[in-house]
Amino acid sequence: MAFLTIEGIRKSYGGHEVLRGLDLTVEQHQVVTLIGASGCGKSTLLRCINALEEIDGGRIVLDGDPISGRGVDVDRLRRDVGIVFQHYNLFPHMDVLRNITLAPTVLGRSGKEEAEARAMELLKRIGLADKATALPDRLSGGQQQRVAIVRALAMRPRLLLLDEITSALDPELVAEVLSIVRDLAEDGMTMLLATHEMGFARDVAHKVCFLHQGTVLEEGPPEQIFGAPEQERTKAFLQQIVEAGRL
Amino acid sequence: MTTATVKSTPAATPAARVPVPRVLAPAALAVSALSCVFAVWTAATLWQAAPDQGGWAWTLRAVAVIGGLAALAVLRPATEAIRRSGRARAAAAVPGRIAEARAEAADAREAAQVAAGSSLAVVVLTLLAVFLLANDHAVQATFFSPEAISSSFRNVTEAFGTNVFIAVAAEALVLVWGLVLAVAKLAPGRAGRPLRWLATAYIDVFRAVPSIVIIYLIGFGLPLAQIPGLSSLTPTWAAIFALTLTYGAYVAEVYRSGIDSIHWSQTAAARSLGLSHARTLRHVVVPQAVRRVTPPLLNDFIGLQKDTALVTVIGTIDAFNQAKIYASNEFNLSSVTVVAALFVVITIPQTRFADRLLARGASGKDS
Repeated sequence: MAFLTIEGIRKSYGGHEVLRGLDLTVEQHQVVTLIGASGCGKSTLLRCINALEEIDGGRIVLDGDPISGRGVDVDRLRRDVGIVFQHYNLFPHMDVLRNITLAPTVLGRSGKEEAEARAMELLKRIGLADKATALPDRLSGGQQQRVAIVRALAMRPRLLLLDEITSALDPELVAEVLSIVRDLAEDGMTMLLATHEMGFARDVAHKVCFLHQGTVLEEGPPEQIFGAPEQERTKAFLQQIVEAGRL
Repeated sequence: MTTATVKSTPAATPAARVPVPRVLAPAALAVSALSCVFAVWTAATLWQAAPDQGGWAWTLRAVAVIGGLAALAVLRPATEAIRRSGRARAAAAVPGRIAEARAEAADAREAAQVAAGSSLAVVVLTLLAVFLLANDHAVQATFFSPEAISSSFRNVTEAFGTNVFIAVAAEALVLVWGLVLAVAKLAPGRAGRPLRWLATAYIDVFRAVPSIVIIYLIGFGLPLAQIPGLSSLTPTWAAIFALTLTYGAYVAEVYRSGIDSIHWSQTAAARSLGLSHARTLRHVVVPQAVRRVTPPLLNDFIGLQKDTALVTVIGTIDAFNQAKIYASNEFNLSSVTVVAALFVVITIPQTRFADRLLARGASGKDS
C-alpha cells in the first residue's frame, strides 16, 4: 500500500460538491503535484488530508493508519502532516523564532533550547538567521513564506502539504520559495503540492495529477501530462496556460 | 483655427471667479458683536453680584473682567474677515491678480468661520455664567459654595479611595471573569453546547439587569442566604462582587468580538501545527484579540468606575455617600460637586489614553 492513500473522498459545501469521489496515492519520498483550474478542489483536498476540513465520504490512509473519520486524534495527525498556506498565516504577534518554536515547545516535542537550536539551523539553511528576532510584518512576502515552510518543518512532519504557496507572491519572490521546495524534494521529503507554477511542477514532480470537477481526471509523470496529455480537458487547460505565457 | 476657437470661448470675468464671502463675513461680524455684548453685559452683572469684601469677591471680579475681555477677542477674526474680503474684491478687479484675490477670499472665509465658531463658544460659556447667577446666584451658592467645598473636600476625597479600591479590584476580577465567559461562549462542537448556552444566558441576564439592582441584590440578598464566606462579605466586597458580575458580562462580549475579529486563517495555521483548540486560543488567538480590544475594554472600565458610586445603596461609605452626609448636614450640594470633579479628574486621562490607543490601532500594523 502506498504511503498516502486517498479513496473516493467526497466533500460538499452547502449544496455544492467540491470533491466527488477522488482517488489519489502518494509514495514515500515522492513529490506529487496537483494542477487544475481554480475551484477544481486542490485546496480542499489538501485541507481534508490534515483534517482542517471534515470529509463527507471515502477514506484517507497514512502509512497504514486510517486518518479520516470519527475518533481520529486530529492534533496527533497534524504533527505528522504539515501544511503551508497561500497567505503564509504567520502569527503576527510573535517574532520569527517564536513562530517556529511555538508548536514544538508547547506540544512537548522538544525543550525550548533544543527547539530554538533547530529553528536557528533551519533559518540558517534558508538564509534568514538574521531575521530570527524580527516580527513577521518586517519581512517580505517571500521571506514570510520561507519562514512558514520552516515553521511546518519544525514539527518534523512525515508528509508536507503545500497549498499554492507562491500564488500570493510578487513574481521576483517566487524563485526563493521554490528553491527551498526543490531542496526539500532532494532531501526526500514526501510532498503533495497544489500549484499554478507549471514549469516548477514539471521540474520537481514525480507525478502530476490534473484535477477537474472534484476528481483526478488524468495523472502521470510530468513528461506525459505536459508533453502528451490524453484527456481533452487536460489539453484545453494546458493550452490556456501556454497562451497565458506561464509554461 | 483651433486657437481662434479657444480665444472665442466666453470666459467668466475674473471677479466672478473669486468666491468672496459677501454674506458670511458681515454675518460673522454681526454674530460676534452680539455675543460680545451678551458676554460683557453678563460680566457687568457678575461684577455687581460680587460680595463687598473677602477673597471670593476679588475672584469673582477677576473672572468678570477676564471673561469680558476674553469675549472681545472674537471680534478680531470677524474684522479680519471683513478686511480681507475687501482686499479680495480689490484684487479681483485687476486681471493679473486673480490668484492673490482667491487667496485673500479663502483667508476671509476661514476667518469668518473662526469668528462664528468662537462666538458660539462665548455664548455657551456666558449662558453657563448666567445659569450660575440666576435667581440671585442660587445655583452657584448651592453647588459651588467655596465654604462647603473646602469643608467637605478632605473627607470626600478620602472616601473616594473606597471608589478607587472597588474599581481596581473589580477591574482585575473582571479581566479574568470576562475572558472565562467569552471562552465558554465560544466552546466548540456539540460537547461545548451546554457551556455556550450557560455563558449566553449569563451574559444576556447580567447585561439586561441594571448594575444598581445587582448591587442591591448582592448586598442584601447574599447575607440572607447564609452561605459561608459569601454571606459575610463587607459591603465593599459585596460591591466588588456585584460589579464583577455585571461588568464581566460586558467585557465577555468585548473579548468575544476581539476573538471573532482574528482571521480564521490564524486558527487554521495553529491547528495545522497540532495545537488543540484551547492552546490555539491561549497562544495565538487571545493574545492578538486582547491587543485589539484594549480601547473598548478601557471604555467599559470607565463605566465601571462611575458605577462605583452606586454602592451607596448598600451603605458603603464611598465618596458619594460621604458627600450626601455633608449635603444633608449643610443643606448645600457643593460636596457632590467635589465628587463629580474627582471622577472627572480620574476619567479624562483614561479617555485620552483610550483615544490614543485607538488612533494608534487605526494607523498601526494590524491592518
